[in-house]
Amino acid sequence: MSKTLEVSGLKTHFFMRAGVAKAVDGVDFSIGPGEVMGLVGESGSGKSITGFSIIGLIDPPGRIVEGSIRFKGAEIANAPEETLRTLRGNRIAMIFQDPMMTLNPVLRVDTQMIEALQAHKKIGRHDAWTKARDTLGLVGIPAPDERMRAYPHQLSGGMRQRVAIATAFLNEPDLIIADEPTTALDVTIQGQIIHEAQELCRRSGASLIWITHDLAVVAGIADHISVMYAGRIVEQGDIDDVIDRPAHPYTVGLLGSVPTANNRGQKLYQIRGMAPNILALPTGCAFKERCPRRSPDCETSPEATTRGEKIYRCHHPHLEAVEA
Amino acid sequence: MSAPLLEIRNVSKRFVRRLDLAGKIASRLGAGVSEETVHAVDNVSFSIAKGEVVGLVGESGCGKSTLGRVVAGIHKPTEGQVFFEGQDVAALTGARKREATLAIQMIFQDPFASLNPRMRVEDIIGEAPVYHGLTTRAGAASYVDEIMTKVGLDPSLKKRYPHQFSGGQRQRIGIARALAVKPKFLVCDEAIAALDVSIQAQVINLFMDLREEFDLTYLFISHDLSVVEHIADRVVIMYLGRVVESAGTENVFERPVHPYTSALLAEAPRLDQRKRAFVPIKGEIPSPLEPPHGCHFHPRCPHAVPECSADPPALETVRTDHVAACHLRGRFV
Amino acid sequence: MSDATAEAAPPEATIQPVDAETPFQRFVSEFLDSKVATAAFLFLLAIIALAIFAPWITPQNPYDLAQVDVLDGRLAPGSEAFAGYTMWLGSDGAGRDLYSAILYGLRISLSVGVTSGLIALVIGMAVGLLAAYTGGRTENVIMRIVDLQLSFPAALVALMLIAILGKGVDKIILALVVAQWAYYARTVRASALVERHKEYVEAAACLGISHARIVFRHIMPNCLAPLIVVGTVQTASAISLEATLSFLGVGMPQTSPSLGVLIANGFEYMLSGRYWISVFPGVALLVTVVSINLVGDHLRDVLNPRLNTGGGK
Ligand SMILES: Nc1ncnc2c1ncn2[C@@H]1O[C@H](COP(=O)(O)OP(=O)(O)OP(=O)(O)O)[C@@H](O)[C@H]1O
Ligand SMILES: Nc1ncnc2c1ncn2[C@@H]1O[C@H](COP(=O)(O)OP(=O)(O)OP(=O)(O)O)[C@@H](O)[C@H]1O
Ligand code: SF4
Ligand code: SF4
Ligand SMILES: [Mg+2]
Ligand SMILES: [Mg+2]
Repeated sequence: MSKTLEVSGLKTHFFMRAGVAKAVDGVDFSIGPGEVMGLVGESGSGKSITGFSIIGLIDPPGRIVEGSIRFKGAEIANAPEETLRTLRGNRIAMIFQDPMMTLNPVLRVDTQMIEALQAHKKIGRHDAWTKARDTLGLVGIPAPDERMRAYPHQLSGGMRQRVAIATAFLNEPDLIIADEPTTALDVTIQGQIIHEAQELCRRSGASLIWITHDLAVVAGIADHISVMYAGRIVEQGDIDDVIDRPAHPYTVGLLGSVPTANNRGQKLYQIRGMAPNILALPTGCAFKERCPRRSPDCETSPEATTRGEKIYRCHHPHLEAVEA
Repeated sequence: MSAPLLEIRNVSKRFVRRLDLAGKIASRLGAGVSEETVHAVDNVSFSIAKGEVVGLVGESGCGKSTLGRVVAGIHKPTEGQVFFEGQDVAALTGARKREATLAIQMIFQDPFASLNPRMRVEDIIGEAPVYHGLTTRAGAASYVDEIMTKVGLDPSLKKRYPHQFSGGQRQRIGIARALAVKPKFLVCDEAIAALDVSIQAQVINLFMDLREEFDLTYLFISHDLSVVEHIADRVVIMYLGRVVESAGTENVFERPVHPYTSALLAEAPRLDQRKRAFVPIKGEIPSPLEPPHGCHFHPRCPHAVPECSADPPALETVRTDHVAACHLRGRFV
Repeated sequence: MSDATAEAAPPEATIQPVDAETPFQRFVSEFLDSKVATAAFLFLLAIIALAIFAPWITPQNPYDLAQVDVLDGRLAPGSEAFAGYTMWLGSDGAGRDLYSAILYGLRISLSVGVTSGLIALVIGMAVGLLAAYTGGRTENVIMRIVDLQLSFPAALVALMLIAILGKGVDKIILALVVAQWAYYARTVRASALVERHKEYVEAAACLGISHARIVFRHIMPNCLAPLIVVGTVQTASAISLEATLSFLGVGMPQTSPSLGVLIANGFEYMLSGRYWISVFPGVALLVTVVSINLVGDHLRDVLNPRLNTGGGK
């Protein structure tokens, strides 16, 4: 089956007075129809910028300097704004951590949703209204008829996020990029929203990129996972494969530092130090200063290595795990 | 178990949003504006023994921070009392009062807002001990160095300003500031929530080390169940201002009695649960401005019985050291 | 993975801070980014220097009667004075060299503006901090007074006061202070309210630090940035307000002639074509006020984002 999205060698850099911030520096991944990919990494690792690059929302001083983004076979990296605009909100939708990034505070929910539909389709106002109402119902909003008339500020945070998600799904896009959509929400609300997003994808066959820093959330929703560190994907593969048998020392460290029932009361594994400043990345492997397996080899940047389903960038991976 | 180090008895905290002039005029004219009262904390009692780590869990707006601030003496309770080492904190005066104030310190969530941006690290940490005479002005430098080393900060950075540190380092500065007055009790309000995953582990480990080294007692507020499960001896669960369940960590995680606790445990994402079909509990968290009658949880509770919407259930002992406030008392399990 | 638990202890100690610039260094470099503001700032420095060093760089002390010759009166710019120096900007009706008179006038205008600005700042800051920190009734009363005061034009307030108090340098300064303190009070209260609810203030309370110390050591320093902005803009308006009063004849006395007095004195000659007596002091006033305002505007741009982020990510 052909891929919905293929990203290869993507580099998005920000050119600032203090230097060049290589926010995304050589990212490759692909995602097929109906698949869910979790993109995880620490703050500043370039997750959001990867998402923004795909939908063409990189503003100066940033730009895509290299690489290709193929959406259903067509190249969209650095495509003209017009092409991107017809894709955005139509074939590719984005959901943000703050739903107010997509919602207009002074317009009613129905107005916004009908506009979103009519912007990309010839559809009557009445049909549009019905469709919007039905989509609201799909994301678990009780009494959707009533909520259609509400202004965003009259809704709770969880409701707003649901409206944003419903809006994203309105045009039945092929790809949805969700950037930490549940980070600001409570556990029980997060559970509901993940559930609904999963359902919608299953139903419509859309591909979903779920960006988060929370490994446990990814474990619950994704088929594939990509772990980002300092602008690169350091490990990717099938979710079970990566979580149960991590190869990259960073992934190993991240998984080890999550408190679980098994290590109750014991000291947690800790990755030492902190994420490097992307304005002054060390030469070679960006993780080397924090890495317990570092050797002189690590002074050269590790290439992506494919082994079975899994791809990693490391000179000394935990291969015992991969081979097992 | 030894006598409690800290005990709170029937503590309530209400915030009243008073009307401004325009509001008053509007309400006179019958515009239906009225004063709004938030019952942030509603008749909460529990005690914490010396050396214990008590986790306080609940969803946003349920009153965790407010309760923490009452314990730390930042807010005065509207009703009820806080006892520290057997004495009512509100009744203390003079040197005893100061002692109690310093003995309870707070670690905050926001590593940016919790440090004064205009002060150097050495002043942030050294201000209070010098002010209270715990060290002399001359001795302050080495005092600060020592504490910075204890929390894993390089003392040579003490002339720097907070913005020159990463989130994790700032959180360590906040911890050092609290430790500098030799506290016995720390209220940690979502102290790791704002940190990166890999840094969270560092700070959790630091809390555990310090607990041993300084014989500290913690009230550890968090919405993250796995962190609480990891660090706490006992867990208190709150919902809309009330305690709904309180028990030893094992009991809460393995034998929860309250439907809300069960829901929280089911909803919390875990590494070992892959691509699972979530069966979420329904409904929104109600507004604390007008909490539901009876059991606050009844509109969302899958087991609610008619009684639930009429009478609020009282906290009752289910088994040794395990209380819960539910009419069913675990009979649904 | 349990073997890895023994990972060496506190690791952060070895890591260098993320950002080596001090807030001040960053502020300076951002300020210098704007060419207009930098030029205005240099210009302002030059004006201040001229005012300060006036006695040493002017050919004449225009208020020492021994140095003024009535025969030099109303000379056009570039004429030679009786004493032999060139009057590049001409002279006024009394025979004073305008260049010298302007520099001396600038001295007076600037010092009146800055003095009243500083006093108003101190009073406004104290009142604003008090309002924000105490809250409740005190705050309500104070802020209603501030609102009331701000609903009158500053010039009107000053004029009424002069009418009551009479003339004199001290009275002018008093009038300017009364006309301006409310701006400072409002600004300080707004930022102090924000700061007061920040966690570092709660932390200080937890640490048993006294209210006075919390207000002055913790809250006040964090309210200074907007205060500096308001301070520059208000100083400029104090200078023009004083000039207005003087022009109307109720401001500075003839014995200490500010720029406003000079403009007023020259006004009667305007119609007879001797424009320079009024226009040159006017230009000096304009240039001073505009450069202060340019600096103030840019200060606001540079300082504002910093107020919230605290230099974050
Ligand atoms: N407009 C910009 N100008 C300069 N640098 C930027 C800009 N936007 C992002 N960056 C840099 O790019 C890097 C990656 O940012 P990005 O927002 O993708 O991180 P993230 O992984 O989404 O982190 P978070 O979890 O905090 O959202 C960061 O280090 C950031 O400093
Ligand atoms: N100073 C205050 N004035 C008015 N209302 C307040 C104040 N502080 C808290 N509240 C209200 O009290 C309730 C409890 O707030 P609190 O901050 O204690 O919740 P929380 O459990 O800490 O939530 P979160 O997880 O979001 O931090 C909320 O509804 C909040 O709006
Ligand atoms: S390449 Fe070297 S330094 Fe980088 S992660 Fe692998 S072992 Fe560690
Ligand atoms: S009292 Fe009733 S509504 Fe409340 S938790 Fe128990 S069963 Fe549910
Ligand atoms: Mg992001
Ligand atoms: Mg809180």
